[in-house]
Amino acid sequence: MRQFFVFARKEFYHIFRDKRTLLILFGMPVVQIILFGFAITNEIKNADIAVLDQSKDYYSTRLVQKLTAGGYFRIDRRLQSHRAIEDAFREGRIKMAVVIPPQFGQSFFHLNRAQVQLLADAGDPNTATTLINYATAIIGSYQQELNGQTQLPLTIATTVTMQYNAALKSVFLFVPGVMTLILLLVSAMMTSITIAREKELGTMEILLVSPLPPPLIVVGKVVPYIMLSFINALVILALGVFLFGMPIRGSMVLLLLECVLFVLTSLSLGILISTVTDKQQTAMMASMMGLLMPTTLLSGFIFPIESMPLPLQWLSNIMPAKWFIIILKDVMLKGAGLETVWFQTLVLCGMTLLFVVMSIRNFKIRLS
Amino acid sequence: MRTIFFLLQKEFLQIFRNRSMLRIILIIPIVQLLILSNAANYEVKDLSIDVVDHDLSSWSRRLVHKLTASGYFRLNRHTFSREDGFRDLQQDKADIVLVIPPHFERDLVREDKATLQLLVNAINGSKAGLANAYAGSIIRDFNRNIRTEWLALNERDGPPVIAVTFSNWFNTRLDYKIFMVPGILVVLVTMIGAFLSGMNIVKEKEIGTIEQLNVTPIRKHHFILGKLIPFWVLALFELAFGLLAGKLVFSLPIGGSLWLVFLFAAVYLWVMLGMGLLISTFTETQQQAMFIAWFFVIIFILMSGLFTPVESMPQWAQVVTWFNPIAYFVKVIRMVLLKGSGWADIQFFLLAMLVYALVMNGIAIWNYRKTS
Repeated sequence: MRQFFVFARKEFYHIFRDKRTLLILFGMPVVQIILFGFAITNEIKNADIAVLDQSKDYYSTRLVQKLTAGGYFRIDRRLQSHRAIEDAFREGRIKMAVVIPPQFGQSFFHLNRAQVQLLADAGDPNTATTLINYATAIIGSYQQELNGQTQLPLTIATTVTMQYNAALKSVFLFVPGVMTLILLLVSAMMTSITIAREKELGTMEILLVSPLPPPLIVVGKVVPYIMLSFINALVILALGVFLFGMPIRGSMVLLLLECVLFVLTSLSLGILISTVTDKQQTAMMASMMGLLMPTTLLSGFIFPIESMPLPLQWLSNIMPAKWFIIILKDVMLKGAGLETVWFQTLVLCGMTLLFVVMSIRNFKIRLS
Repeated sequence: MRTIFFLLQKEFLQIFRNRSMLRIILIIPIVQLLILSNAANYEVKDLSIDVVDHDLSSWSRRLVHKLTASGYFRLNRHTFSREDGFRDLQQDKADIVLVIPPHFERDLVREDKATLQLLVNAINGSKAGLANAYAGSIIRDFNRNIRTEWLALNERDGPPVIAVTFSNWFNTRLDYKIFMVPGILVVLVTMIGAFLSGMNIVKEKEIGTIEQLNVTPIRKHHFILGKLIPFWVLALFELAFGLLAGKLVFSLPIGGSLWLVFLFAAVYLWVMLGMGLLISTFTETQQQAMFIAWFFVIIFILMSGLFTPVESMPQWAQVVTWFNPIAYFVKVIRMVLLKGSGWADIQFFLLAMLVYALVMNGIAIWNYRKTS
C-alpha cells in the first residue's frame, strides 16, 4: 500500500511540475463554459431580412415596422424587384425575404383578404422554420390589431404554462450539455494521453518491472486525475449555477455523487483508449475524433434524440454523455431524486464497470 | 527543391507506416460523416401529448382528434387526473399536457368562453416554443371551425385576414442532412490540418529526433514545408472523398463550382496548418500541444455556426467569430454548395482567409527556432 501512495505521489509531481498543462486543464473548461454558455443558443435575434414592399401604403409600412419591432428581425435592405431576391440570398447575409404585393391595405379592407409572402433561406432548415413561425405570429397579431378588439362569440382561451423553464431560456437546454461534454473530453483525454505518454517515452517498461502490480499502476496514474476532474466538475457546476442561473432544485449531495460517477466513467473510458493505443497522437486522435463529434451529435446535447432515425436513437444509448445530461437536467431543473434517475445512474455504473473490465483484459504487461 | 522532395518522402513514409493512425485519419471521418449527418436534426414532430379530458363532450373529442391527426402530436395517454399528466411530464413521457376543463362545451355555448390549459415541458426552449405554436394554431383553427358551424356563418363574412404564404428556398424539402454534411466535412478536414501538423513537429522535439534534423543543412522553410505539405494533401484528399460520399449517399446538391470549394479549402488549410505550427513552436510536449490545439479547435467548432446559427449569438460572440477560420469555411462551403454562390459572393471571405494564413504562418515561422 505504501508503494501505491509513493506512486500516486510521483504522478502528482508530474502534474504539478508541468505548470503549463495545469493552467490549460483548469483554465480551458472555465473559458469554454463561459463562451459556449453564452454563445450556443438557437434563439433567433436580429435575423437580417430583405423587404420587397410593392404596395408602400400606410398599412404595409406599419406591417414592416411591426416585424422589426420585436427584436427578431432587422431589415438589411429594401429590394425593388423580384429578381433581386435571389442575388440577395446568394450573398449570404439575409435569412428571409418578405414580399408584400401591391395594394395591401385596399385588398385587406375591401376584399377581406390581403397577401403576404415569406421566402426563407432553407439552407438552414431550422432557422427557416423558426423565422417563418415568428413572422407568421407577428403578422397574425397585426391582423388582430387591424380588426380591432371585438369580442367574438365562442372563444376558446388557452392558458399556457411553460413548465421548468418559464422564460424559455436556451441556457437551460445547452448548459448541462456543455458541462457534460467538457467534463467527458477533459477527463478521457487526460488519462488516455498520460498512459500513452509513458508507453511512447519508454518509461512504462520501467513501471512494469517495478514490484507494483499492473492494475495498481493504472489506478495510481488515475487517482490524481480523479481529483483534478472532480475539481473541474465543481468549477463547471459553480459556473453553471452562478453565471448562468441554473437552479439546483434537487439534492446537492446526489448531484455531487453523480458528478463523481460520471468522472469515473470518463476516466475509465480514457484508460480503455490508452490500452488499445501506444502513441500519444493516436490516443489523442481517438479521443478527439471518436468522442467529440459523436458526443456532440448523439448525446442530445444540441439535437433532440427523438428527432433522430431509430437506429441512431439506439446508438445514442451507448453515449455516456446522454445519460449524464438526463441526470443533470432531472436533478438540477426538475428537482428529481434518485427514484427518478436510478436507471440512468445504473447505466453509468454499468458502463464504468464494463470499461474497467475491458481495460484489464486488454492491458498488456509486456510492451512488445 | 530536392531537399523538400526527400523530406516529403520521409514524412509520407512515416504516416503510412502507422496503420492505426491511418485508420483514424481515413476511415473514422467518413464513417462519422455518413452516420452523424443523420443525427443532426432539429425537426420537431411526434411530440407526445397527454390529454386530461374532464368534459368528454363531442367537441372536446373532436379537438383531441384534430390535435393527434395533425401529425405534430402523438397521443401518449388519456387520463382523468392532472397529476398523472404532470408525472408524465416529469418523467419525460409527455412533452405537453392538455387539460380540458369540465363543462367545456357547455361553457363555450352558454358563456361564449371556455379556457383550455396547456402544460409544456420547456427545458428545451425552442421545442417548447414550437409545440406551443403548433398547438395554438390547431386550437385557433378548431375555434374558427366550430364558430362558423355553430353560428352557421359563411367563411367570407368573417373579419378580414392577412393570408401568409411561404416557401423555402434552396432546400424545399427542409432536408437537414444536406445542411449538415458540408459542415461536418469541414470539421473532419480541420482536425487533420490543425492537430496532426503541429503534433508532428512537437513529437520530433519530444523524442529528440529534431536535433538530428537541426544539424543537417536543411533550411528552416524546407523543414516546415516538408512537415506541412503531407497533411495539406491528406486533408484535401479527404475533402474530395467526403464530398464524393456526400454526393453518393445523401445526394448532396452541388450548386456552385467545386473549384471554388477546393480553392477555398486550400487556403483555409494553410490557416489551420499555420496554427498547428505556431502551437508547436511554443510547446515542449505533445500533451501540451494537443491540449492547446484542442482548446482552440473546440471553440472554433462550437462557435462556427455549424450547429447553432451565428446570428443567434450575442454581439460580442459574433465579433469573436470574425477570427474563427472554421466559421468562414462553414459559411462558404454551404453558400457554394447549397445556393450556388459564385466568385463575387465569396471573394471577401477568401481574402480574409488569405490574410489570416499569411499572418499565422508568418508568426509561426518567425517564432520557430532551429536552435533551442
